[in-house]
Amino acid sequence: MNQKNIDHIIELSNELRWQIGDDFHDTLTESMYANASNIVKNTVQNDNSKKRFQLDSKIDQIVTSKSFGFPIMFLILGLVLWLTIIGANYPSSLLANLLLDTIYPSLKSLALNIGMPWWLTGFLIDGVYLAVAWVIAVMLPPMAIFFPLFTLLEDFGYLPRVAFNLDALFKKSGAHGKQALTMSMGFGCNAAGVIATRIIDSPRERLIAILTNNFSLCNGRWPTQILIATIFIGALVPKSVSSLVALFAVIGIAVLGMVFMFGVSWALSKTVLKGEVSTFNLELPPYRPPRFWKTLYTSLIDRTLIVLWRAIVFAAPAGAVIWLISNINIGNESLAIWIIQSFDGFGFLLGLNGVILLAYIVAIPANEIVIPTILMLTVMVTGIAGGEGTGVLFELDSITDTAHILKAGGWTLLTAINLMLFSLLHNPCSTTIYTIYKETKSVKWTAFASIMPIIIGFIVTFLVAQFWRLLA
Amino acid sequence: METKLNSTCETCTHFNANGLKKLGIHTHNFDFVVALAGNPNTGKSTVFNALTGLKQHTGNWPGKTVIRAEGGFEYKTRKYKLVDLPGTYSLLSTSEDEEAARNFLLFGKPNVTVIVVDANRLERNLNLVLQILEITDKAVLCLNLMDEAKRNHVSIDVRTLSRNLGIPVVPTSARFNQGIPELIHTISEIANGTLVCKPYRIQNIPQNIEKAIKVLVTEIKKEFPHIPNSRWIAFRLLEGDTHIINALRSGELV
Repeated sequence: MNQKNIDHIIELSNELRWQIGDDFHDTLTESMYANASNIVKNTVQNDNSKKRFQLDSKIDQIVTSKSFGFPIMFLILGLVLWLTIIGANYPSSLLANLLLDTIYPSLKSLALNIGMPWWLTGFLIDGVYLAVAWVIAVMLPPMAIFFPLFTLLEDFGYLPRVAFNLDALFKKSGAHGKQALTMSMGFGCNAAGVIATRIIDSPRERLIAILTNNFSLCNGRWPTQILIATIFIGALVPKSVSSLVALFAVIGIAVLGMVFMFGVSWALSKTVLKGEVSTFNLELPPYRPPRFWKTLYTSLIDRTLIVLWRAIVFAAPAGAVIWLISNINIGNESLAIWIIQSFDGFGFLLGLNGVILLAYIVAIPANEIVIPTILMLTVMVTGIAGGEGTGVLFELDSITDTAHILKAGGWTLLTAINLMLFSLLHNPCSTTIYTIYKETKSVKWTAFASIMPIIIGFIVTFLVAQFWRLLA
Repeated sequence: METKLNSTCETCTHFNANGLKKLGIHTHNFDFVVALAGNPNTGKSTVFNALTGLKQHTGNWPGKTVIRAEGGFEYKTRKYKLVDLPGTYSLLSTSEDEEAARNFLLFGKPNVTVIVVDANRLERNLNLVLQILEITDKAVLCLNLMDEAKRNHVSIDVRTLSRNLGIPVVPTSARFNQGIPELIHTISEIANGTLVCKPYRIQNIPQNIEKAIKVLVTEIKKEFPHIPNSRWIAFRLLEGDTHIINALRSGELV
């Protein structure tokens, strides 16, 4: 290879470029299209009764229409949630029965028989094992229902239509229209949503999508929302409509999350992440009937199990921490009590309490263990009967029992509403934080993504608490 | 990612070409590299799964494949590594996915390129096909989604299309594993040289441009006598593509 000859070729090309003028690109593209239509002309025969295309465009006219597009979207979201909530109940209690009521006691008696010291039993079985068991029992069934449902919708071809409907809103927020897709993924799991942002080409818009994905209420937080809404908000209305009202309250929180997502995206694109909105082609693919069993299989393997595994990895040390702070005493009170008392003042300002704040610190690894942690700590603080013992995670079977404990812990309607708000607006779980770091490779943006939502959460709950007390 | 294979399917002649072994993600010691290119949402990932036995999730929305997926299969004792490229409409712009696909075709030098097209939208898909055929002459057209084409009453004269394009055309419905054995057989024939393609090259370009291209191609061929895509390089040089200019300087293209 001769460098001089290559330079000659490049010089020659520069010269020729001048000669042929600057419409080269367009001319070439035009000839390509002409060639293509020539080839197709005598090979493709199109029967003019294009029935299927018409059906597709009929469906599109409805699901992307100005008046029906959004209601249909919320209806489908509500339906998927409803199926997840209803469907997860039974397998959840089955798993809880197996992991907590059968395996847990036998592990305890096994430890007793081999003469394991009490602190090791407590640390390993009451701490690590129980936390992992809780995450599996609470998290696996809803994920195993939500992800396949979501994947079926995706395979059918509905998601690009959602992106199409939301495109204008995202554009106004200075974000990419494909963020609608990653936002939807976030409703299942924020870590999965963050990974899905790879479909966004522009680094600026991708970063916005990553930073705001936490505003999609994830699977780990749905159960908390549903439980608290049922106990405190559903109870405000007659029994016949209480579950419906509770469902609406939860959907309201989810929609509020979307409002924050648009708001924060807009603020970011106007300040630190300034730039043009990139245009993109979104082809609306034909609707395809999904292959049910195949979809079920791949979504279980690719999504559910991978996300579950990560949650387990992070839940195990959290269980150990919960047990430790409840069993290490300073003076004559446990470490947990000390922390709760020092948080109580700040908690009151936010309309929450020390128990909730501590629970959120302990539950950073997995949002699923927030409610069990709150109940355990509340029982410990109030000293009322119930539960399994110091530092042992539990969840009560009947909602009335849970309500009883929470009300004994001084909970009011304000506490409930603010807990729901705080559950939406706080730092992402450590799985998501780790994923954000892996995707952005930036400590700065990972820190921002972790701290920004919690500051918003503090501000919102503080304001709600002040107005509430002013008006009440 | 799931790599376990169903053994009954693996041996069933109804589903597989004779002598086929799907290798999942195990792609070491391969004899040939096969690239999978095509427009978004033409079912590339489904073809990929059908060839490798992998069960990667395929979604019904464009741009689903975000990471380059690799897998393999063995056919008649030769091993093939399969690379699933991101779906693109063209190779002429500088967006990230188009560059990734183009770079692999240019620098990865696949032994065979499978171009997956949507049989329902052949004309639109041909734009990319013609560009790929300027880069490589070892290609097979996978005419996918034939089941949908049938429902839409679109019929395609496969033999004439194949003659026009100068490469083999295999109609498939990858979702139902139809046409996959034929596709594998054709890939092997191109890879081991029993089937030689004479791909269609873009015609009817305005006189002055065609002349400029001819001058450049002669010069390029003088320097690199064995290069298969001198005309494509000429196109890119005339466009002033700095990426290609640099690649030419560093000798990456040979």
